[in-house]
Amino acid sequence: MKPVDFAYARPMDVTAALSLLAEAGPSAKVIAGSQSLGPMLNLRLVQPGLVIDITHIAELRLVEERPDGISIGACITHADIEDGRVPDVAAGALRDVAHGIAYRAVRNRGTIGGSLTHADPSADWITMLAALGASVTLRGAAGLRTIPVEDYMLGALEADLRPGELLVSVTVPRLGRAARWGYYKLCRKTGEFAHAIGACVVDPERGVCRAVIGATEARPIVVADARHLIGDGTQEQFDGPAVDELARASGMEDAIVRQTHVVALRRAVAGAAHR
Amino acid sequence: MTGQGVGASARRREDDRFLRGRGQFVGDIRLAGMQDVAFVRSPLAHATLRGVRIPDAVRSRVFTAADLAGVKPIVAVSGLPGFKKSEQPVLAHDKVRQVGELIAMCIGPTRAEAEDVAATVTAELEELPAVHDMLAARARGSALLHEHWGDNVFLETFVDIGIEAAFDAPIKLTRRISTARQCMAPIEGRGTVAYWDNRMEQLVLYTGSQMPHIVRTGLAECLGLMQTQVRIVSPDVGGGFGYKGILLPEDICLGWLAMRCGHPVRWLEDRREHLTAGANCREHDYDITVYADRDGTLRGIDCEATVDSGAYSSYPFSACLEAAQVASILPGPYDFPSYRCRTWSVATNKCPILPYRGVARTGVCYALELMLDLVAREAGLEPFEVRMKNLVRPEQMPFDNITNKHFDSGDYPQALRRALAAADLEGIRARQRRGEPDGRLIGIGIAIYCEQGAHGTSVYAGWGIPMVPGHEQATARMTPDGGLELRVGVHSHGQSMETTLAQVAHEILGIDIDRIKLVHGDTEYTPYSTGSWGSRGAVMAGGAVATAAREVARLAAEIGAHLLQADPRTVTLRDGAVYGPSGSVTLAEIAHVWYRRPQDLPVSVDPRGLEATIGYKPGRDSGTFSYAAHVATVAVDPQTGDIEILDYVIVEDGGRLINPMVVDGQIYGGFAQGIGTALYEEMNFDASGQPLASTFADYLLPGPTEVPAPHLHHMETPAPYTEFGVKGLGEGGAIAPPAAIGNAVNDALRTLGAEVLQSPMTPRRVLAAIAAAREGTA
Repeated sequence: MKPVDFAYARPMDVTAALSLLAEAGPSAKVIAGSQSLGPMLNLRLVQPGLVIDITHIAELRLVEERPDGISIGACITHADIEDGRVPDVAAGALRDVAHGIAYRAVRNRGTIGGSLTHADPSADWITMLAALGASVTLRGAAGLRTIPVEDYMLGALEADLRPGELLVSVTVPRLGRAARWGYYKLCRKTGEFAHAIGACVVDPERGVCRAVIGATEARPIVVADARHLIGDGTQEQFDGPAVDELARASGMEDAIVRQTHVVALRRAVAGAAHR
Repeated sequence: MTGQGVGASARRREDDRFLRGRGQFVGDIRLAGMQDVAFVRSPLAHATLRGVRIPDAVRSRVFTAADLAGVKPIVAVSGLPGFKKSEQPVLAHDKVRQVGELIAMCIGPTRAEAEDVAATVTAELEELPAVHDMLAARARGSALLHEHWGDNVFLETFVDIGIEAAFDAPIKLTRRISTARQCMAPIEGRGTVAYWDNRMEQLVLYTGSQMPHIVRTGLAECLGLMQTQVRIVSPDVGGGFGYKGILLPEDICLGWLAMRCGHPVRWLEDRREHLTAGANCREHDYDITVYADRDGTLRGIDCEATVDSGAYSSYPFSACLEAAQVASILPGPYDFPSYRCRTWSVATNKCPILPYRGVARTGVCYALELMLDLVAREAGLEPFEVRMKNLVRPEQMPFDNITNKHFDSGDYPQALRRALAAADLEGIRARQRRGEPDGRLIGIGIAIYCEQGAHGTSVYAGWGIPMVPGHEQATARMTPDGGLELRVGVHSHGQSMETTLAQVAHEILGIDIDRIKLVHGDTEYTPYSTGSWGSRGAVMAGGAVATAAREVARLAAEIGAHLLQADPRTVTLRDGAVYGPSGSVTLAEIAHVWYRRPQDLPVSVDPRGLEATIGYKPGRDSGTFSYAAHVATVAVDPQTGDIEILDYVIVEDGGRLINPMVVDGQIYGGFAQGIGTALYEEMNFDASGQPLASTFADYLLPGPTEVPAPHLHHMETPAPYTEFGVKGLGEGGAIAPPAAIGNAVNDALRTLGAEVLQSPMTPRRVLAAIAAAREGTA
């Protein structure tokens, strides 16, 4: 399959990108690393009139480190993070998760903003960033808005992206010194889409205890206060039946699917306990 | 062995161009004025085709069945009694019977533009109930694919060799075992470039094909051309595995279009077409009962096997080869007295089933070897003990088994003993008793098979399909500068024939392999052959090259004797020269005289010169029987269902090996595909017959991290009937892994009382088996 005939634009700043988006309306698609949109174009699952390539916008590759966290430009690649070109304010979690995304060839081009906007439930960033309490900043004609990363994902392949808006950055809070995190995903093979993900962050200094069940059918299941499920993040306090019940209550009907998600979270917690 | 001849691990001569990216595949061919073709394909599995709406603006660029007047459908009949014929239309006209079936072809300057045209064409389809489950398809009242048949069964076969005698056996175990529908996945998909050559008055069709001569015959028949009017060129081929042994409707479409349009046309299959519309294989279901004595002695096997043959009988292997082979090869390498097997080849609304490396053997080996482990468990024996009780023993060779397969040679028990020693069975058992710190369960599993290769006329005449291999021909021809050309009708789709057949000729003539050129893959330049399939290249083409080279040697020796003024009976040919009682003359000098100084030849010289085309058949054409023992050690995570292959041992006997390095490569490649069958590959369909995977994100193939390096050991029992004692072994690596891995998984799950009897053995199937055992529903 080959894409339909489309126009291509490569704006050099966000303002130009936004005006192109406003002019073209819904027939425009924003492309960054093209690791998801590329195949979708080829399969003609998307048939845009205009493709706006944002990879040459310098401000989307900016990284700004602050005492309370870091802001990562939308076009930062997984490999940028994996290779440590982006400071890891999350005690190694960002590098570790980046390293496990798909294959290196995908990581070289795929971007953090693209991954979140594509909103594939089995993707890594949505689950880990939700556990970290990260947020995304969107810019549109009406200005900027910042929302929690888990709210940005509305459902499978559906992001809360209003007409004319562009995701510009992702903000990750800095973990405290005593913080622990865990991340565990189940894949049929290396680099393949995950079929269950568990993630947790326990940060006593900030009073954070978050657990996320990812790679569901839709949005990840985010538990903002997970102390009743994972205690202080040691494996001994993991309440498997309660996690199973939570998954069931969230619509996960299939017992085997629930089991794998419970196991993924249990192993994430175990990983956190040993970190 | 001279370092280049039979038995030498000569470097592959193909690799220089392949590794530099200079191979020439169909997709690399550029012809002036060439246009691309995109097909309008059926989105439905089963529907009545009421019409095709084509906008006026693109009418001249779209062709439907109505345009193809006189083009015949593809018909691959089997001569087995009761076989029902299907007609696979080149373009659909009244009905569609599978998703992806061709409805119209559209041309454009590029593929994208051709797809734009295709997107404007509408097929008016009226959906019919789809037949997607081969077992339900056999039942009365099922929707029918080919209505005039009255049912959906291409062929039913039945054999009963005294099964009643087994009924009093103390052990009787029955299971349902099944293997998934798969898509064989060569790196290069199918593709065709076609044009009409006015000077030669000939349709020239480039297509990556394992069997160009068979494609020519089938294509000429469908298009109503004389075979001299068709030339098939198969350039470099990026893997075939059976998929490129098939005449596709696309090939015929492109041939017709090239004649119609007057300019070259091209179709390159994309991966979506490949997965959803082209390559289907392997889907078997077994209802199998094994009878045994308490000491593990097999008393009998009783089986009902069903194969999902898909919508049409594909050319040339037909819809029934798979199931009919199941009946004949299910007994495996074992000796037992009673056997009954009924098979059905069932038509469903899926792509036609095609032969894939190992063909029926992979499924048969899975079913039988899983059952033998259950016998061992029931009898309280080690699985190897059950095999040792029943394997054909070396002193029985050659051995005619219960279905009259003639096992030519070998020591099956020895292969198993060596494999068990290499796998350290005792060590694994000790480790199982200790348990794993990470909670995983360890299992060890074995599988043994024998592989009939290069089976010839007597075997295929019985199947009665459109293609029966006879003598395999080769041409050997010296060049004026002392080099050698070889021409063969088989074609390499990765087998390294440019290297190995040169080694064979070198063995006879002593000419440096760098001076031996293999010409293959072009019907214009090569002798007729059924091509490369059924593990036959080394035996058949190797034998033919040896025979032709020997004739050239004889002819050269006569000329050499004249030049040496010696009696022909006193000269010998070795190391590329003819030696007489008093001196020698090189083959290059002899060639120089024959071609360029004929005045130096006697009037009585043999006018055939330094060239021979000769046919070859082994002393018996019932096939060679290579065999192997595989032992897998796995770790199963009972919480996630994940399976890791910890260790894998293969002891293979391929007879005399022409090039051991190439053989190792064949086994590694087959092994990787076997892992795919065992653990990953599965083409699912929903109830409306829609294929559920259309990219490699959904159809999982093993990658480098999923394929551990197997420990490979060779035995070399020469085949008694073939040139050099060579046996066919190209498919073997892909046969046993599902069975060995499956037995290892079930060994690991034994303490939980769980069994997985369905491939691929996915995490979900493992967890479901554990849950069923826990709930007592296993």
